[in-house]
Amino acid sequence: MKRTSLALEPQTPTGKQPFRFKSGFWQQFLAFGSLIVLLIVFSLASENFFQFSNIVGILLSTAVTGVLALGATFVIITGGIDLSVGTVMTLSAVMTGVSISFWGTPIWVGLLVGILTGALCGCVSGYAVSKLNIPPFIATLAMMMIAKGLALVISGTKPVYFTDAKGFTDISLGSLLGDIFPGFTIPNAVLIFFAAAIIGSLLLTRTLIGRYNFAIGSNEEATRLSGVNVGFWKIVIYTIAGVFTGIAGILIASRLNSAQPALGQGYELEAIAAVVIGGTSLSGGKGTIVGTVIGALIMSVLTNGLRILSVPQEWQTVVVGFVIFLAVYADMLRRKKAA
Amino acid sequence: MSAALVSMKGIEKRFAGVHALRSCRFELLAGEVHALVGENGAGKSTMMKILTGVYQMDDGEIEFKGAPVQIADTKAAQKLGISMIHQELNLAPDLTVAQNIFIGREPRKWAGILLDDKKLNKQAEQLLKQMNLDIEPTSLVGSLTVAKQQMVEIVKAISYESQVLIMDEPTAALSDTEIEELFVMIGRLRARGVGIVYISHRMAELQRISDRITVMRDGSYIDTVPTKETTVDRIIAMMVGRELFHHASSDTLSQSREVVLDVRGLRRGKTIKNVSFQLRKGEILGLSGLIGAGRTELARAIFGADPIDSGEIYVRGKKVRIANPHQAVKEGIGYLSEDRKRYGCLVDLDVQSNVAISSFREFSKLSWMSKASIRESAEKVVENLKVKTPGVHQQMRNLSGGNQQKVIIGKWLTKDCDILIFDEPTRGIDIGAKSEIYKLLDSLARQGKSIIMMSSELPEILRMSHRILVMCEGRVTADLVNDGKLTQETIMQYATRREEELYA
Repeated sequence: MKRTSLALEPQTPTGKQPFRFKSGFWQQFLAFGSLIVLLIVFSLASENFFQFSNIVGILLSTAVTGVLALGATFVIITGGIDLSVGTVMTLSAVMTGVSISFWGTPIWVGLLVGILTGALCGCVSGYAVSKLNIPPFIATLAMMMIAKGLALVISGTKPVYFTDAKGFTDISLGSLLGDIFPGFTIPNAVLIFFAAAIIGSLLLTRTLIGRYNFAIGSNEEATRLSGVNVGFWKIVIYTIAGVFTGIAGILIASRLNSAQPALGQGYELEAIAAVVIGGTSLSGGKGTIVGTVIGALIMSVLTNGLRILSVPQEWQTVVVGFVIFLAVYADMLRRKKAA
Repeated sequence: MSAALVSMKGIEKRFAGVHALRSCRFELLAGEVHALVGENGAGKSTMMKILTGVYQMDDGEIEFKGAPVQIADTKAAQKLGISMIHQELNLAPDLTVAQNIFIGREPRKWAGILLDDKKLNKQAEQLLKQMNLDIEPTSLVGSLTVAKQQMVEIVKAISYESQVLIMDEPTAALSDTEIEELFVMIGRLRARGVGIVYISHRMAELQRISDRITVMRDGSYIDTVPTKETTVDRIIAMMVGRELFHHASSDTLSQSREVVLDVRGLRRGKTIKNVSFQLRKGEILGLSGLIGAGRTELARAIFGADPIDSGEIYVRGKKVRIANPHQAVKEGIGYLSEDRKRYGCLVDLDVQSNVAISSFREFSKLSWMSKASIRESAEKVVENLKVKTPGVHQQMRNLSGGNQQKVIIGKWLTKDCDILIFDEPTRGIDIGAKSEIYKLLDSLARQGKSIIMMSSELPEILRMSHRILVMCEGRVTADLVNDGKLTQETIMQYATRREEELYA
């Protein structure tokens, strides 16, 4: 039997680290270490890998899934799941297209419409989860199908093009950095991804939203009994995830210079994979934005590196699958140790 | 001591036909530790849940500091300064100590947009220091010992300016040193004028820490006595109350009968500490003890549902290794869980599937199930055990509790199990069905089956068993022959005999 004294034993003083560093340190370290190892391995395997243009390509391909994964992180930390982010992203893209190309609104209004579409879908999912008590898996599965259908209906099942909107593609593919520092042509989509990550991280660690997010995921009943309006905060959290989804919709539309209504399904699983690889626990209460960013990067580095090594695309998917196994298993081991 | 902080009078509460509280009363003074005792189901928790706004009383009145109050929900109780420390702690393990204490009331900065964690930690540190606790406000709650987590919850309650603190079995998960620390803490709170309701089964503790003791039994108020003017025996007598209705077990079993189950030196963590006992053929062995004594844990360990740390099990003289329930069943051991709905039966399937679930292998050739023989054996169970059902195709969920229990017994009989472990076999079953289950157990024993029966109801144990094993905190404190002279008081005394008293 473990016997501890409460007042008498002097304790070794622990450092004044912020808590999220402590709780997320190992999972982040594991993911970060894996990312570095991957980079080194691929660099050694092929000289084409560690080229500026290739790295930029990796970052660009991370942006859309990455932003989706940021939103998914919030939901997963509550212990929930959001299966709708893929098709809601598509719906947001379509709504942006409808606004700009059909209604002829200025670009910024179109962006707002896209983001609001995502937020509204998230809000509805959140309402279904917290007020109607529908399990997150089912509620967001329903939202996934609703959004998929609406995207097809609204677009008339045809892609919406942004031919008349000058500069729309610059949102993703232009390079503000390249204009300022010639040669350093990192596309805006990457900047937006990192900016969104920083905002997400601040929300999660420095605001009430984040605090209650962790509290709900850790022990929802205790949080409720402490007088926190759990239902309201869950809606807020799903809405935030929706905002990120809307941003991802804009990024993908601007990159393709069109809103493709049939695209999108499958992105939600990649986003969830990125979150999980980044060490966020599917049972809730634990997780970091940095981890998710690293998780998303690991996925694109893997695919990119394997492609450079001429591994067929089918096999790339198999490898990513195994990585998810490993990541979740590592998480289980860690939690067992903690228990 | 001063005027009454809380006074509850004439409290009535009914749950779906069950009269849970009859005209109950309770009074708490400022700066008093008032123990509330009674057997499981006496109404202690219901009483306190009414005080904390979890339940609404049907009738009665509550006064707080002399003024009548309505406690409509938990928030209302919190506002009055009434807090409860539950047995399962209400903390978020992934948050820090400070974050848990101030959850819902976080200090903020920048026009309320950002959290002010510096201030949060400082305030928490002050509170912890005030209570003389050496706990870092930035430690994760999940990394603390249960005792420290409990302290954190107490600090959280105090930070709401609580004047009434209800503690439900606060020492259940604590070691002796930790209990001392808790008592020091309680002393400090008492000095601050906080009134403390202390619910516990541990008599020795009550004598040390409480000022007064209120006894409840079967949903009724019995008496309130100053601790100094009473004895443990008197309290236990008040708790047990009713005179015994004793069905003299006809024949005391001769010790020459074959030993079918021999458990030696079983250990599992904190819950089972060096337990040894024997079970003979045709015997009903009653296993008694309060909640948390380790009865269910012992049964699950024998059945292989939980791994054991050490110990040996012999079945019919042969040493066996039981690592999972599958192996236990192979040795002829059947287990009937206390939680029928969760572990015992498949409510969505029909009666015959529930009878056959453990014996599908016997009913099938090359994985092809013989429907006819399944139905046949299910019908046999229905007939022999007098299960009331329109037929073997009836869904389990439509059967009453007693009949479900019979079907589960039938499942193990079909599997030819002759060592049957019953965990609370009559829980949630009405009185008529209870006596049928008693008769069934009795006739099973006469047929040569060996039975271990666990129950929190002492009359039931005394009525049914040939021999009684009493447990307390994972140890067997007594092995008694039920010769007709045994009383509830004796069992209760063994059931509350804590470790240090054994060696005192």
